[in-house]
Amino acid sequence: MLETSTLYGLLGIVLASLGLHAVILQTDTLRRVLAINILGVGVFLVFIATAYNGPDAAPDPVPHALVLTGIVVAVAATALALALRRRLESSAEDGDDE
Amino acid sequence: MSFDALLILDVLLAALLLMLAIAALHSHSMHQSIILFIVFGLVTALAWARLKAPDVALAEATIGSGVAGALLLAALRDNRSGSAITPSPGRPAWQVLSVTYLVIGLMLTAAWAFLDAHANNSGPRLGGLVQAELANSGVGNPVTAVLLNFRAFDTLLELAVLLAALLGVLLLGPARPAPRPAGPVVTQLVAWLTPLLIVSAGYVLWVGAHAPGGAFQAGALLAAGGIIMRLGGSRYSGLPSGFWMRLIAVGGSGVFLFVGLAAMSGDASLLQYPRDWAGTLILLIEIFATLSIAASLVLVYLGGRPDAWAPDQERGHA
Repeated sequence: MLETSTLYGLLGIVLASLGLHAVILQTDTLRRVLAINILGVGVFLVFIATAYNGPDAAPDPVPHALVLTGIVVAVAATALALALRRRLESSAEDGDDE
Repeated sequence: MSFDALLILDVLLAALLLMLAIAALHSHSMHQSIILFIVFGLVTALAWARLKAPDVALAEATIGSGVAGALLLAALRDNRSGSAITPSPGRPAWQVLSVTYLVIGLMLTAAWAFLDAHANNSGPRLGGLVQAELANSGVGNPVTAVLLNFRAFDTLLELAVLLAALLGVLLLGPARPAPRPAGPVVTQLVAWLTPLLIVSAGYVLWVGAHAPGGAFQAGALLAAGGIIMRLGGSRYSGLPSGFWMRLIAVGGSGVFLFVGLAAMSGDASLLQYPRDWAGTLILLIEIFATLSIAASLVLVYLGGRPDAWAPDQERGHA
């Protein structure tokens, strides 16, 4: 018996794992930032899946609010990471090791 | 017909998301990866809608997919204009294998924990409490009630996080050079789209009190207007410069904190609004939060300090 919330919860776990795997193993910083974002979406999916109470009942709004906060914090972190990356690339033109 | 048909949709959506994520993570071209990531974000918005989370769907489509995608694309351009990309060396096989096994182990443990918690329906839930107290919150949308009343402290700190990230970006250096002014077609499009986005942002902000929407989604829509103006060749993306810009950037958390402290007069604690005023105060906080979020996202998109900021030499661009 597969339910909607189980399906999306498991999908979230798989997406978070894929993201984590790529964050650790990828070498390009830009791709790593992208992977962190996919990891985040996976975690958000797990949260929203636990908030789901079936097709007829109202979902739990507390995880929804948490995820909204999370989305904004994720984009702020992404922006800061990309600014750091730009600074790194402009200051070091010779030799690179992550 | 409803249940089975929708479950098929869910399975297809999940498969699509999985493929998009894998393709975005492992595509050979970074440009393709970012485009796939934007598509991934938009399809995720559909998944949020299926899970009855329309507020999250709006935020994901505008911020998680739109703004984050724009940021990544702008960062990709740094690559091309700057030094050549050094080809990344591959990892040794033992690293790849051990990390893969570790992540698979983590994934299976998390899946087991999730299924176990799901089957036993364990843990206390706050949803009932929110529904019971909703009438006292001053707004009708439970998510807005949680964000700006019941758990307002979290949201205040979230605005502080956004401000801290903005300060970090501004400190790291000057903004990227503005793109060349666009051709007449794009200029006309920007002239049409920008007012439309401003009106939509106002609507989403207002409607957030009793329906999906609110400060974050509205702020992201306004920021989209700024980013589009920038892409059309506008130097400051419609932002004021110098002092006024700084005031808008801190306005969100500033007004929030001020209202929270003002509520403390009397017996109430921090951010415990008087009941009759709650709706008005929430709207006030949200208006300033919207402007602040929009300005922060646009500034962050510029990638650093706008050049007019160093000395206040050029004013009057609005």
